[in-house]
Amino acid sequence: MAIKICPDAFDPWQVIQSYQCASVQAGKFGATSVFIGTMRDFNEGDQVKGMFLEHYPGMTEKQLEKIASKAKAQWPLLDYLLVHRVGAILPNEPIVLVAVWTAHRGDAFDASRYIMEALKSTAPFWKKELLHSDQERWVTKNTDGYAVD
Amino acid sequence: MNMSIKVRYFASLKDRIGRSEDILEASEGISVQAIWHRANADKAMPDNTLAAVNMDYVDLDRLVKDGDEVAFFPPVTGG
Repeated sequence: MAIKICPDAFDPWQVIQSYQCASVQAGKFGATSVFIGTMRDFNEGDQVKGMFLEHYPGMTEKQLEKIASKAKAQWPLLDYLLVHRVGAILPNEPIVLVAVWTAHRGDAFDASRYIMEALKSTAPFWKKELLHSDQERWVTKNTDGYAVD
Repeated sequence: MNMSIKVRYFASLKDRIGRSEDILEASEGISVQAIWHRANADKAMPDNTLAAVNMDYVDLDRLVKDGDEVAFFPPVTGG
């Protein structure tokens, strides 16, 4: 079970594969649910060419541990991996990875969704966008993860 | 007894008030809300401001203790 704050770009697929081979007990898991959040090059009608992700060192890790503990209490998780970027980010780079290993798919889907939504609403990260016009602006709110168009 | 409280600001709130932290001397029994007003007498706290003490979320009426780290920041936008 691991939580990582990552100042450099990472390949989520490689991270998942390495972590699973090294840490997740073979033969026990029947379901792996993976969520990867990636930086877009547009937001709210504007072209975005870069982003800076600020966090609160110490509190960010503490809140992520709390979220993971609540998920562990609610679902029979065999393992989980949370990775979140900080610092300067470019479009198409991964921002967040949540992977959950369980015996059955329902728990994997539900726990990974819970972790992701809780992270979006309580983990202290803040995005500042750099637009194509060179204007900088703070992102002020997240989209609703459950909204249906 | 006088207490020493570290106050930290993040993201757009840090930009808005123009600094990232304060060290305040305060008396016992002071709340998080009162800490804001001690540190920012000329600025109202934005409506959506979140507060933490020692890296846990708290309500604004929470009392602080000597050595506590108080933080103020806007709604989070990670993920």
